[in-house]
Amino acid sequence: MATPMFRFDPVELPPEAQTLRMEVREFIKEHEHLMGFSKGEFNRDFSRAMGRKGWIGMTWPKEYGGHERSAFERYVIIEEMLVAGAPLSAHYTGDRQSGPSILRYGTEEQKQTFVPKIAAGELTFCIGMSEPNSGSDLAGTRTRAVKVDGGYKINGSKLWTSGAHRADYAILFCKMAQEGQQDVDRHAGGTQFLLDLKAPGIDIRPVINLLGEHHFNEIFLTDVFVPDNRLLGKEGNGWNQVTGELAFERSAPDRFLVLFQMLREMIRMAGPNPDKATAAALGKLISQLGTLRNMSVSIAGMLQEGENPNNEAAVVKDLGTRYEQDIPVVARQLFQTEPELEAADLYASMIARSTMNAPRFSIQGGTREILRGIIARGLGLR
Amino acid sequence: MAIRDETRMLLETMGRLFEDKATKQAADAAETGVFASDLWQAVAETGVPLAALPESAGGADAEWEDLFYVLRVAGRFSAPIPLAETMLAGWVAASAGLDTVDGPMTVGPVRASDVLTVERDGNGWRLNGTASRLPYATNAQRIILIADGPDSEMAVALDGTAGAEISPGKNIANEARDTLTFDNMRLEADNVRPLGDGVSRAGLYLRGALARAAMMSGAIENTLDLACTYAQQRVQFNRPISKFQAVQQNLAVLATQTAAAVAAANMGIMSLSKDQGRQEFLIAMAKTRVGEAATLACEIGHQVHGAIGFTKEYALQLSTRRLWSWREEFGADPEWAAKVGSYFCQIGADELWPTLTAA
Repeated sequence: MATPMFRFDPVELPPEAQTLRMEVREFIKEHEHLMGFSKGEFNRDFSRAMGRKGWIGMTWPKEYGGHERSAFERYVIIEEMLVAGAPLSAHYTGDRQSGPSILRYGTEEQKQTFVPKIAAGELTFCIGMSEPNSGSDLAGTRTRAVKVDGGYKINGSKLWTSGAHRADYAILFCKMAQEGQQDVDRHAGGTQFLLDLKAPGIDIRPVINLLGEHHFNEIFLTDVFVPDNRLLGKEGNGWNQVTGELAFERSAPDRFLVLFQMLREMIRMAGPNPDKATAAALGKLISQLGTLRNMSVSIAGMLQEGENPNNEAAVVKDLGTRYEQDIPVVARQLFQTEPELEAADLYASMIARSTMNAPRFSIQGGTREILRGIIARGLGLR
Repeated sequence: MAIRDETRMLLETMGRLFEDKATKQAADAAETGVFASDLWQAVAETGVPLAALPESAGGADAEWEDLFYVLRVAGRFSAPIPLAETMLAGWVAASAGLDTVDGPMTVGPVRASDVLTVERDGNGWRLNGTASRLPYATNAQRIILIADGPDSEMAVALDGTAGAEISPGKNIANEARDTLTFDNMRLEADNVRPLGDGVSRAGLYLRGALARAAMMSGAIENTLDLACTYAQQRVQFNRPISKFQAVQQNLAVLATQTAAAVAAANMGIMSLSKDQGRQEFLIAMAKTRVGEAATLACEIGHQVHGAIGFTKEYALQLSTRRLWSWREEFGADPEWAAKVGSYFCQIGADELWPTLTAA
């Protein structure tokens, strides 16, 4: 065929991954009181406990605190935790993308300083990419770094920064500029820094989301000094680095497992003998879920072989967000209830949370339109 | 684990064969009722149709998984031959110790509602009932049916359609789907045998659904390929329509559905090495998901092609008319979706995750 086909080879989880699954389930049972529904809770103690189990940075080299286990084992940990609604926020970004980025682009000193702490669940990262005028269009980044003696001086602002108010570090994406320069060139190369969020000149303000919750933030940077040894990778290579980072972000199964508990609740409400239409609606969702899992395991297989499943990850994210946005729609068609966020009725509160959260699924980590653009490029169309 | 090298080589070989022999001319000719003998002969010479049978039954002990992957390739090329049917006929026949033939075979019943019975008549049997819309029944040298016997389900072998009342039919891709009615048809003792272990009418229906899912995933791949190729050639407003974002976004959706269809079919195919219980819901999930993808793929494939795709001359319809046919055969996706839903409602919500993730 002339058209490049995306690769979703049939891959099965190896036995050791299934053994690990049972261990994770035990661990989750012991921490039952910390599990919730789709809230993305932040709990450093839980992250440290996961770190002690060796479940953060699982595939990283042992010399940097990693555990050199397979991509399949990591996949199993993540999917079990997501399905249980475990409070992963304190380490998830670091585990999924900051750690891998530092391992790939960082200096030896950076690897030794940061990576073992991430793996121990001690260090929380957030992602400093989006800005008020730079969402999907990362080239429009205005935050700028000026080379000064011994380091860089950074000015600008970041927006929609999830978890910045609780994070220790951000991987900051910005542009190089000259002293006094306000407008940076669209085409200037990007540069990444490991930014200590406690540095002077950083002001983090909450942006309350439509659920009334505080997850994301605006970060203002005024003459923030970052020493030379906190440049990540090379000046001007940030664009390439960030692309790799986003691929890590998209290849995880959290794009279709955050509403799992709600699907389970819908099955519970249907009872053992549903009518045919209800059974078919649920069966369609379950079939989508099973297929997405199969695709995700296939991606884990590619990661395990050292391949770059960038296009495949975009495919799974696009399908996964569609599936998760359908769940509250099907839910309200099958079992009517008035949504209420803090309702005593679990189902009413799940519908409320999932309905209000749904729009963000196809925005964060690359909008649906951007992902489809990536897929189109993968097809050779652009 | 991942696809083995032998499998990859087999699929490449079969891909070349179909590319050479399963041409549009062959498909067009088959639609007029002329059996694609050249294509069949070439495929039969590879040994693929009966390869999964034990050597004692004339097969090569090949992996069933591999043969279902071959069906995806056959589906990609709209191969107008009863390859899936012959494979499944061989499966049923060999389990019962009935002879197979090298020529095309078909298998049934393909509909859950059909009633077929055999009863003893001296040292032979009498066959009654209907096998609706049997694929390529009039082209088949041997027809293998599963009928209810006095004690258990029995495999029945017929050498052609002689003795049956034939009501010819076609699906919308003009593939023969002939209904055979049997009125006290006399059969020799050798033509009726108890089914072997692991083979049943329900199992045949399940494998039939999986075969269609695999073939559909191939036809969807071809739809994506044609649509992307065409979009890069067709110029409007002074540029290839593939340069328009609206078209790109549609093709991206088609690509995601294609990937989902292939993955869903793989999920069903991989279940063949698991126990019967897991096969049942995993194949049901596969047919459900592939059916969903087929509907969307046909819609987008045609939209991207504009008027040319709506012609008999252009090849897109070879895939889309098959998809519209195959999604209904061996159970349509809404039927299988209801089975999936009922299964998980029956075992209970808390069993959903442990069941999906079991090895």
